[in-house]
Amino acid sequence: MKAVVWQGVNRMGVETVPDPQILQPTDAIVRVTKTAICGSDLHLMDGYVPSMVHGDIVGHEFMGEVVEVGPEVRKVKVGDRVIVPFPIACGKCWFCQKGLTSLCDNSNPNPGLAEKFWGYSPAGLYGYSHITGGYAGGQAQFARTVYADANLYKVPDGLTDEQVLFLTDIFPTGFMGAEHCDIQGGDVVAVFGAGPVGLFGIASAFLLGAERVIAIDRFPERLEMARSYGAETINYEEENVFELLKEMTGGRGPDSVMDAVGLEAQAHGLLGVADAVKQTTRVLESDRPHALRAAIMACRKGGTVSVPGVYGGLADKIPLGAFMNKGLTMKTGQTHVHRYLDRLTGYIQRGEIDPTRIITHRLTLDEAPHAYHIFKHKHDGCIKCVLDPWADPKDHEPTPAPQAQG
Amino acid sequence: MTTNQREDRDRPESPQNSSPTERVLFGAIGAGLIALSLRQRGTVGVLLAAGGALLVAGAAMGQGLGEAVTGVRRTQDDQIKVEKAITVGLGADELYTFWRDFENLPRFMDHLESVKVGGGDGQRSHWVAKAPVGTTVEWDAEITADEPGRRIAWRSLEGATVPNEGAVEFRPAPGDRGTEIHVSLTYRPPGGTLGATVARLLGEDPNIQIEHDLRRLKRLLEVGHIPTTEGQSSGRKGAMKAEAKMYDNRRTS
Ligand SMILES: NC(=O)c1ccc[n+]([C@@H]2O[C@H](COP(=O)([O-])OP(=O)(O)OC[C@H]3O[C@@H](n4cnc5c(N)ncnc54)[C@H](O)[C@@H]3O)[C@@H](O)[C@H]2O)c1
Ligand SMILES: [Zn+2]
Ligand SMILES: [Zn+2]
Repeated sequence: MKAVVWQGVNRMGVETVPDPQILQPTDAIVRVTKTAICGSDLHLMDGYVPSMVHGDIVGHEFMGEVVEVGPEVRKVKVGDRVIVPFPIACGKCWFCQKGLTSLCDNSNPNPGLAEKFWGYSPAGLYGYSHITGGYAGGQAQFARTVYADANLYKVPDGLTDEQVLFLTDIFPTGFMGAEHCDIQGGDVVAVFGAGPVGLFGIASAFLLGAERVIAIDRFPERLEMARSYGAETINYEEENVFELLKEMTGGRGPDSVMDAVGLEAQAHGLLGVADAVKQTTRVLESDRPHALRAAIMACRKGGTVSVPGVYGGLADKIPLGAFMNKGLTMKTGQTHVHRYLDRLTGYIQRGEIDPTRIITHRLTLDEAPHAYHIFKHKHDGCIKCVLDPWADPKDHEPTPAPQAQG
Repeated sequence: MTTNQREDRDRPESPQNSSPTERVLFGAIGAGLIALSLRQRGTVGVLLAAGGALLVAGAAMGQGLGEAVTGVRRTQDDQIKVEKAITVGLGADELYTFWRDFENLPRFMDHLESVKVGGGDGQRSHWVAKAPVGTTVEWDAEITADEPGRRIAWRSLEGATVPNEGAVEFRPAPGDRGTEIHVSLTYRPPGGTLGATVARLLGEDPNIQIEHDLRRLKRLLEVGHIPTTEGQSSGRKGAMKAEAKMYDNRRTS
C-alpha cells in the first residue's frame, strides 16, 4: 500500500510499504477513505517531538471502512464505516472508565520511554512518535487499529466522510479546549491561533455559551474564517495584542484564554530569537511557548488558561508570577476524543456546525508532501488539507519529499 | 504505606538523589554529547542528542545517572533490594488467586522461563530463570507466609545460585481505583552488587525488570493483552530498524 512516511526532519514522503496485518485478536484493519494533516503532524515533521524514526508511517486523523477484524472483536463488523479517535483507549483501565481516554494506562507499548520524559505514560496515539507508542498512522491506504471495540466509532448513515472526519481529533480538541475554559454566562474567550484547532475552539466556545470570542492570528484568511464563525479578530503582527484585548474587554481581560498554537509559536523580539535558537538544539529548549506566555499575561484575574496546543518537553520563561499572583487555572491534555463523539456528532447531524467549512485543500495521498509544505508555510490560503488515499494518483510516481529547508 | 518499610535505604530520601559532583559531571557529559550531536548528521546525531538531552534534563532535575545506571540499593549484608508498586483495577482476592498460583508468574515476569509447583504440600516450587547471555538459573523456593487476599511471601531454599526472597502485598486502593500490588524482592547476585551493576548495564536491571513485569501483569489482567507494534508495517530498512527497535524495547520491525 501507499503511506506517508517520516523520512527525517522536514521530510515527509510517500512510499510503498507492506499492507498492515492483524497482530492481536482485538485489532481491526481499516481501509482508509479520508485522512487529514494536523498541526501536530507539523511538530513531528519539524522534529520537535522526540523519538520519531525514519520510516514511521504518520497520520492520526483518519476514517474508513473496516475490512478485517481480529477473532476477539465483537461490536465492530467488517463493512462498518468508522472514524478512528487518535488516542487509543483500552476501554478497561481506570482512566478509560472515567472518560480520560488520552491518559489510558494500557495502550502505550513504550511506557518506559514516556515515563523518562514525562514521569507517567499517557495513552498510545496513532502515527505520533515512539514516545506515544510508535503505532503506524493512518495517512495510508490501510491502517491497523487496535482495541477496535473500545475505539472505532460507527458513523451514522447520511453523513459524508468530510462531515465526520474531524471527529477523529480537531473538532473534539477545539471542544475540549472550550470546555476547559469553564465558560459562564457573559464570558469573553480569547483564542490564540486560528488554525483548525483554534477555529473549532471558537465554534465550540459559542456552542458552550460564550458571549464573545476574540481570535488572534496573523494570516488574513484564517482571521476571516474566524470572523465567519462569529469571532472578533486581532492580527498580532499589526496590533499590541495585550493592550487591545484589555481595551476590548473594558479593562478586565478575557475570562479565559485558549492557546491553540502550541510549541512552534511565532514571535518577534529578543526573547523570540533566543527561543528559536535554543529550540534548534531540540535540547536546551524543545518548546517555544510564546502563545502560552501571552495567554497567561492576557488572562483576567482568576481566569482560566486552556491549552489544547501541544508541548513536548521543556520551555523557558513561563510567567509563573503572573500565573500565581492572578490566581489562574490551567487545563490541558491530549483530547479525550471518545467522550465527545455522541455529542459532537449530534451537532453535525442537526446542522449546528459544518466541519467541512475549514477544508481548503482536497488532495491525493501522493500529494501529501506538497500538502505538508503548504500547510506548514500557510501558503495558498491553506487551512486544512484532506487527503484521499484512493484517488487517481494522476499518473505520477509518489512525490519525493522536498529537500530539507527551514 | 508504613515508613519502616523503607528504612533499609542507605541514603536519605530526597527528590535530588545525585550528589552535586555527580550532577555537574553528568550535566557536563550531557552537554558534551549535545555538542557532539550537532556535528553528527543523521541517526547518530539524533541518538547522541537524545542521550545528551536526558543527561542534561537529569542533571537539572537532580536525577543523575547514579540513580539510573549504578544506583543499586544495598541492604546491610550486601543484598539487592527492589520495591515496586502498581495499581490494578481488580479486587484483591482475584489478584491474590492469580499470583498464588506461581505457575502464572512467567506469564508476566519476563525473566522467568517456568515455575513448577510441587512438594511440601504445595508450599514448594521449582523456578527456572533466564540469565544474561542465554544461560538459565534454577532454584527451589518455599512459601513462608500466605494470607489469602492480602499477602504472599517466599524464599529460595539452601543451595540456590542466586539466593532470593520475595513478598507481594495486595492493598485496597482508595475509592474505585482497584488494588495496589506492592512487591519487594531481595536477592544476592553472583558477584555481589558489582555483578548487579554489570548485569544492569547488560539490560538486566532488576528495578526496571520488576516495573515492566508489574505493568505486564496489569495489562494482562485488565485488558487480556499486552499492546504491541511488533510486525506492523513501516517504511524502514536496514539500520533504521535498529533505531526503532531501541525505542520500542526491541519489539518493532
Ligand atoms: N490537545 C490535542 O489533543 C491536540 C489535537 C490536535 C492538535 N493539537 C495542537 O493544536 C495546535 C494547533 O493545531 P492546528 O492544527 O490548528 O495547527 P496550525 O499550524 O494550522 O495552527 C496554528 C496557528 O497558530 C498561529 N500562530 C503561530 N504563532 C502564533 C502566536 N504567537 N500567536 C497567535 N497565533 C499564532 C499560526 O499562524 C496558525 O494559524 C498544535 O500545537 C497542535 O499540535 C492538539
Ligand atoms: Zn491532531
Ligand atoms: Zn485504558
